[in-house]
Amino acid sequence: MGKGPLIYRQKLATRITHWLWAICLFFLLFSGLQIFNAHPALYLGAESGFDYDNAILVSQGVPGALTMPSGASLATGRVIHFFFAWVLVGTLAVWLVASILNGHIRALVPTGADLRALPRDIADHLRLRLHHSRDYNVLQKLAYAGVLFVILPGIVATGLTMSPGFNAAAPWLLDVFGGRQTARSLHFGLMLLLVAFFVVHMAMILLAGPLNEIRSILTGWYRVDGGHDDHTA
Amino acid sequence: MITRRNLLLGAAAALPGCTLADGLTRDSAMRAFLQGAEHLTMAAQRLVMGDALAPEFTASDIRQGQHPNGSTNVSSAEYTALQAQGFAGYRLQVGGLVERSLSIPYRDLMALPARTQITRHDCVEGWSCIAKWTGVPLALILDQARPLLKARYVVFHCFDAIEKGLSGEVLYHESIDMVDARHPQTILAYGMNDRALPMENGAPLRLRVERQLGYKMAKFVRRVELVDTFAGLGAGRGSYWADRGYEWYAGI
Repeated sequence: MGKGPLIYRQKLATRITHWLWAICLFFLLFSGLQIFNAHPALYLGAESGFDYDNAILVSQGVPGALTMPSGASLATGRVIHFFFAWVLVGTLAVWLVASILNGHIRALVPTGADLRALPRDIADHLRLRLHHSRDYNVLQKLAYAGVLFVILPGIVATGLTMSPGFNAAAPWLLDVFGGRQTARSLHFGLMLLLVAFFVVHMAMILLAGPLNEIRSILTGWYRVDGGHDDHTA
Repeated sequence: MITRRNLLLGAAAALPGCTLADGLTRDSAMRAFLQGAEHLTMAAQRLVMGDALAPEFTASDIRQGQHPNGSTNVSSAEYTALQAQGFAGYRLQVGGLVERSLSIPYRDLMALPARTQITRHDCVEGWSCIAKWTGVPLALILDQARPLLKARYVVFHCFDAIEKGLSGEVLYHESIDMVDARHPQTILAYGMNDRALPMENGAPLRLRVERQLGYKMAKFVRRVELVDTFAGLGAGRGSYWADRGYEWYAGI
């Protein structure tokens, strides 16, 4: 595969919101684990069973190396968590508006041709034959769309469903998620999915050529493969 | 001794997730800035919820007793004497910025129109528990006392002390603003799950503010005071737990 030209692949709004999310999710993850440690058990339903068992996880909590702050401080964990929750929601809103206006949002929607190419794309990824083209490949589209349209809105919605104030405003969210404690368990599960996404995301950057990938998310410029510009289009 | 395990633990302790925010546990300009999000949260919640009610449940949703936490007993001589007589001698004091100070006997409180609600109690720790609460709407008591126009907050002074400091006991206190104070589900509860409120849940009176977290719902209420400022009250943030870094507005 010869080297192709540098193309301007990531727009400014995409790059800025990407890094804001990275910062938000970093603080939200570790402050969230601090909050989890105040009652390190998860349940299904509206309430937590003390006289009966509706727990799906009972633990000793996570070590201090994974909590922010490192010592037990629920109050500080909450201060950090809710500040960055607001920044996350604001960033999502900015991203959504900008991506509709600049057309980036279409780059995340798999086309019919994409879906037909799915088996080949999976096979290519398994053989670590990673293509560098102007458009995202179908697995990228599915992963990014899943994070942006399912996991992040879901983690915000389940977070709001834990709020007694927001429950008064939108009690139907409790029905959507099956009660406050189920929403709390889902919030935790979606966090695990985000961590899994991060791990795969890092692995793919390393495998696909970290300098090219990092340059594109910092400056927007990305070197595509020579020969064929776009195998998915 | 340097072992592989200690090296790994040392490396883990150096993770930013561990120590980056440790300075935030103390009061600082940065902490105050981050905690400013509380005002945004309160404004946004008030905007979207108006005077909507917290969800209420049915009798079949009550599957257990109300899990007690925080202080679950009071050892002062005054409280013990009142409790020994089933709180027959208890009087709720209402004062501060009101036209008429009140001293309402326990029996008279229970003779006032009551509200019963089955609600979910959410502890700041993360757990929830559903119970039935019966009590007198705070709005009725405020109507009798007639708060002055400049009254902004209702403060609840309690019998219980979680901490014993060098300067004596730190008595629990909480406060809510007039919006929550006049909300129909805001009651001073004397009954729980069809029985008299047990001591571990805050007898003789426990505040219910159903759209906020459990720590706002002061137990062992002794005196209600209307104020226009938190100055002179604990460390000045209007609440035992707010003085310890928690949000004063606990709607989330």
